[in-house]
Amino acid sequence: MRILVCVKRVPAPGARIALTEDRQAVDARHLPFTVSPHEECAVEEAVRIKEGHGGTVVVMTLGPAEAEEQLRYAISTGADEAVLLATDGSDWDPQATASTLTEGVRDLELAGDPFDLILFGNESADAGGYQVGIRVAHALGRPVISGIKGLEIEDQTLVARRETDAGFEVYRLPLPAVVAVKEGINLPRYPTLPSRLRAKKAEVATSQPTGRPGGLAMLRLDTPPEAESSTTILGRGPEAAPAIADLLEELGLL
Amino acid sequence: MADHDWQASKTRFLQVSDLPSNASVVVIGAGIVGNSVVGHLAELGWRDIVQIDKGPLPNPGGSTGHASNFIFPVDHNKEMAMLTLDSQRQYEEMGVNVTCGGIEVARTEERMEELRRRMSSAKNWDMEAHLVTPAEIKELVPFINEEILIGGCYFPTVSAVDSLRAGTIFRERATGLAALRTMANTEILDIETDRSRVVAVVTDKGRIEAEYVVIACGVWSPRIARMAGASIPLTPAVHQMIDVGPIPILQDSGKELAFPIVRDMDTFMYERQTSGSMEVGSYAHRPIFHSPDEIPSLAEARLSPTELPFTEDDFDPQLEDALELMPEILSQAEIKYAINGLLSLTPDAMPLIGETVEVRNLWSAAAIWIKEGPGTGRAVAEWMTNGYPELDPHASDIARFYPYARTEHHIRARCAEHFNKTYGIVHPREQWASERNKRLSPAHSRTADLGAVYFEAGGWERPHWYESNAHLVEHYGIEDRPHEWDRRWWSPIQNAEHLAMRDRVGLVDLAPFVIFDFTGPGVLDYIQTMTVNNADVAVGRSVYTPLLTRSGGFKADLTILRLGEEHFRVVTGAFDGPRDQHWFRTHLPEDGSVHLADMTSAYTTIGVWGPEARSLLQSMTHHDLANDAFPYGSTQAVAFGSINARLFRISYVGELGWEVYVAAEAGGPMWDRLWEAGQDFGVTAVGAGVYGTTGRLEKGYRLMGAELESEYNPVEAGLARPKVKEHEFIGKEAYLAARDEEPAAILCTLTMEDHLSPRDGIKRYPTGREPITTPDGGRITDRKGRPSYVTTAGAGPSVGKFLLLAYLPPEHAVVGNVLSVMYMNELYPVKVAVAGSTPLFDPDDKRMKG
Amino acid sequence: MSGVFVFVEHDSGSPSETSLQAVALAGALTEVSAVTIGNCAIGGVERHVVIEHPLLSDHAPEAAGEALAQLCQARSLDAVLASGTERGNEIMAHLAAILDLPLAAMVTEIRPSGDDWELTRVRWGGSLLEEARLSAPLKLATVAPHAVEAAVRSEEVDAEVFEPELSDELVRTRVVERVTVSEGVTLSTAPVVVSGGRGVGSPEGFRVLEDLAGLLGGAVGCSRVVTNNGWRPHSDQVGQTGTRVAPNLYIACGISGAIQHWVGMMASKNVLAINNDPEAPMVTRADYAVIGDLHPILEAVVAEVRRRTGV
Repeated sequence: MRILVCVKRVPAPGARIALTEDRQAVDARHLPFTVSPHEECAVEEAVRIKEGHGGTVVVMTLGPAEAEEQLRYAISTGADEAVLLATDGSDWDPQATASTLTEGVRDLELAGDPFDLILFGNESADAGGYQVGIRVAHALGRPVISGIKGLEIEDQTLVARRETDAGFEVYRLPLPAVVAVKEGINLPRYPTLPSRLRAKKAEVATSQPTGRPGGLAMLRLDTPPEAESSTTILGRGPEAAPAIADLLEELGLL
Repeated sequence: MADHDWQASKTRFLQVSDLPSNASVVVIGAGIVGNSVVGHLAELGWRDIVQIDKGPLPNPGGSTGHASNFIFPVDHNKEMAMLTLDSQRQYEEMGVNVTCGGIEVARTEERMEELRRRMSSAKNWDMEAHLVTPAEIKELVPFINEEILIGGCYFPTVSAVDSLRAGTIFRERATGLAALRTMANTEILDIETDRSRVVAVVTDKGRIEAEYVVIACGVWSPRIARMAGASIPLTPAVHQMIDVGPIPILQDSGKELAFPIVRDMDTFMYERQTSGSMEVGSYAHRPIFHSPDEIPSLAEARLSPTELPFTEDDFDPQLEDALELMPEILSQAEIKYAINGLLSLTPDAMPLIGETVEVRNLWSAAAIWIKEGPGTGRAVAEWMTNGYPELDPHASDIARFYPYARTEHHIRARCAEHFNKTYGIVHPREQWASERNKRLSPAHSRTADLGAVYFEAGGWERPHWYESNAHLVEHYGIEDRPHEWDRRWWSPIQNAEHLAMRDRVGLVDLAPFVIFDFTGPGVLDYIQTMTVNNADVAVGRSVYTPLLTRSGGFKADLTILRLGEEHFRVVTGAFDGPRDQHWFRTHLPEDGSVHLADMTSAYTTIGVWGPEARSLLQSMTHHDLANDAFPYGSTQAVAFGSINARLFRISYVGELGWEVYVAAEAGGPMWDRLWEAGQDFGVTAVGAGVYGTTGRLEKGYRLMGAELESEYNPVEAGLARPKVKEHEFIGKEAYLAARDEEPAAILCTLTMEDHLSPRDGIKRYPTGREPITTPDGGRITDRKGRPSYVTTAGAGPSVGKFLLLAYLPPEHAVVGNVLSVMYMNELYPVKVAVAGSTPLFDPDDKRMKG
Repeated sequence: MSGVFVFVEHDSGSPSETSLQAVALAGALTEVSAVTIGNCAIGGVERHVVIEHPLLSDHAPEAAGEALAQLCQARSLDAVLASGTERGNEIMAHLAAILDLPLAAMVTEIRPSGDDWELTRVRWGGSLLEEARLSAPLKLATVAPHAVEAAVRSEEVDAEVFEPELSDELVRTRVVERVTVSEGVTLSTAPVVVSGGRGVGSPEGFRVLEDLAGLLGGAVGCSRVVTNNGWRPHSDQVGQTGTRVAPNLYIACGISGAIQHWVGMMASKNVLAINNDPEAPMVTRADYAVIGDLHPILEAVVAEVRRRTGV
């Protein structure tokens, strides 16, 4: 199996997100950056498939030069190769992102073997566009299914499971295919000391694509108005139990 | 009924968050330091204490919250060792101290030698320590790769503590005494002052009037101090650590800490078990500093404000070192948590405690790590209560810094230099590389031409010896030191300069002298209140005197010249200038009847000493310098041509001669004229190696910060005069009491009887702070429990012996008594040469007073 | 504007609440037509188009996208909207990919501006708002759930049928099997969610949360740190990358309230926070709070509820 995982570098905020003064970005001066959570699981899933079936895992990102950090992290958790499509760090819209990633995939497949499977996260933690994986799949003419929380490879077929309120639904896709996964599909591993050292030495293939802007342009960011907080303190410690029970009665829950 | 309960509990909650409008003291910060301070203040009888923290309890998000919490008590520095020991005892008493032992391992022979030095320090401060072989290390830590080690030092009392729990206990105790109210989630907006005295603290929940304010908020302290116009010279700096796990052998131990903590000193790292995983911390990465103003808020931080994003590139080189040391367990486990933890660093790596020099009653308790937290909290509380703590805070006193050392530039430069020395091997005489050439003597270009090797003194460049005197080494047949460590930051030229001065005459650049002028109608009464010895001397005379703490220990040691009926000039050393100034300033009468002026930058001083000193100076002036006209201890204004000078006949090296004070701008020309005239008298430029060590040691002169500290009194130091003056002075009561009892220790001069190392037969020369033991290595302590150790070590070229000063209990302070000095874990015989202050060289002071 | 189509999801003929919210948002702009896959009773719209095709008898996102694309080509439309649900976002992404048009997901406000739309959409699961400009001949967007009130149901309109031509190949991304897991109350539908965070301390620490949830007929939830620690399965995780919940009462025990979690439960009608820290974001944003250690408090609540209900 040759698997490609597309990941995105995102900041990991605390309880409140601060914006830069020009409101064009999240103020991430004091924030760590991570691979967007769904994609972290996508990397883990790819590594598990590789461990089960053999093969190679390539991880690719479109992002600033610093996104190399996330690529190396992916390598330290089991990916084999890394590709950076370097931007100036500005916010690319989903169409531009998808078309550039598609170009990236084509270049990689021209240079080497085609991918049996391309994994995406269901949506990025920051922009939440819900579409990049699907666009890439259409551009490549491959089947795609998103929202996946279970994957198995049976011969040349991919069995994917998606959670529903009642249970789950099952899809069977022929390979090659594209899948957008969701957190919960697995519990991603952390790097080990030796794997981190290996990742540090790994080569990251870098290129500077020129994206064609799509039709959705971000103008500015805003913090939603904080709802006027009027917390009623029911009490302190176990003595508050009757007050809680009163509340449950009031809400008709008892 | 239920409604009633609701109401009652709601009211209680509101009351708790209600901010009081008055406090005797507001303590800002609820980390280990703030908590220790409130706990000890309450215990010492303080009430109406209000503690404020911006964050929630019990972990407000400062450095305490992410600390590694382990304690290696051994430290070469006595003050730090004592603070740490006291802290460990307090943690133990609170039941939050888990003893697991610790090993410092050596990968190099140089480190092994350092561990031998640690053994001596462990002996000094009575801490258990054993040198161990690689095989023994393997037994203690079965997963270590002993093949890369050549040995180690095992400290069985190393422990790990629960600093958050300790903080809660401190607060609970204070609350139990009805002394404390703690306001969490409360932000300081301003500290109000009136005529440089603290008045109130303004918070986002209201204003609190307070007599005292203690800033104990770690990395935020500089920002908070600035609100009051004060400075707390520290910088937030990164210490990286990662948590690696799970590790089966650690999990199987079923304990939080089943194995000793390992300090891999040569790679500047430590490995500490935390239950099933291993925490690996590093002091090896590049220095990474933050500004106190840019630390993220609690809500905006991902983890906590002081757990910043891990910069893995900085840590990567350490991974290999860690893997090499513990390959078995670290190669499989995952890196689950990694942070750039913020901690506080100061320019000299010591804490910042005491009243700020800028604002009265505004106190600092900052730059304190977990291991010394409770002890430092106690010291601050005692200081605020009794005027000075029991333990001498000399090296932690925030007043120790000159203004230049409080600049961000200096703080960062020095912290950058010493950060990687956290686990480094630091020579006792080691000089800083950064921030040099910031304070230059008017004679600097002249001394530089003479090949001066400069050591730093209070920021000044002070010649320590002169390479141009190298030819004297052969002339006097000075022996070199064969061991590199003993020779480091030392030169045989020092001894040669010493002998040349004693033979003819030496010039000493004393520009770093700190000079204060006191004037005004209340000045005599004020000076008398400060000094032990009678300062009511005739105009033109001087007095050498200690200043004492209220409990009778040394606070300062200096010389005072009476220049007029209402004009006194204080001259003190470069290392103590700022501390002494703060002490003087805080005791100035409130009525304004005494004025203090810092004249340090106005004057420069050149010492002229030696048998030819009078001839040399007399050749330059008509002013009569003969013994009758200009007796010892007196001062006169003397003109050398058109240069107006003040001569003060005194000596710290036991020779005839004068300190020559001239206006700073005349310092260069004066040096030139002395040098020129001196050629006929065989003048030699003499460095501080003679002035500060060999010359003074032969005369048994004491030095503040070495022999003289607040834990010893003038009787013990041999500085008590036959009579006590009538006038009241600070510490008089304690001083009188000390005179009435037999001293617990007597400061002695010892001679080293054999320099040959028993181990390798190389001649060794102690550097100071080594234990003085019984001949067979038994620890010596006095009846107050104080250990005997070398306060100063150095050559006595004129007496042909290597000299050591040390306090000894009376039964050992007997001339001729043979004891041992423990140097690098080996014993060398020493003999008591003098018990008390009689000089070994020229005991009758004939040379000086003739 | 000549018209906006809203893709309406339905459950056996009854339109979903969030689709009706999308109808309402579109209705504020212009006349709205509803489009559904399979028939469903719908009112408050001008027209109702029912897409019918055997391939679409179960969820087949690729085919659904293709069907909508053919509908768009057959009619002159200004915009197609859908609800920002898992399926809505997915089908609209297929549609956008097929037509190579931009798609604005999770929109809360639309302000036509010349030929473009200025719009507000959510980022970070709702913790940030983005002002954006959408420029396209045919505007595609999904509407963030609960951004607006649902359209009031009015008289049903007659449905017209649209039969797309779909290639058999599209069967490749169609549900082939459905497995029902009966686990009683589900997290997303429970009237009460008793949720625990780092403060619960251990897997065993959740027992009292389970007790209380059991007594109230609710479900147990947790924060991301809990699943990362392996204390609870990911299916219990409430948050941006877990399940979004909107119960009548959300009881947050020992949860500080990081964004990742908050966006998953902010639609709850009532929030009760139990926390040591009175200034934890979860406490200050909650409707009700109890300050203190969660375990003794929950044990007391369980006892009190048992006393009152006699269970």
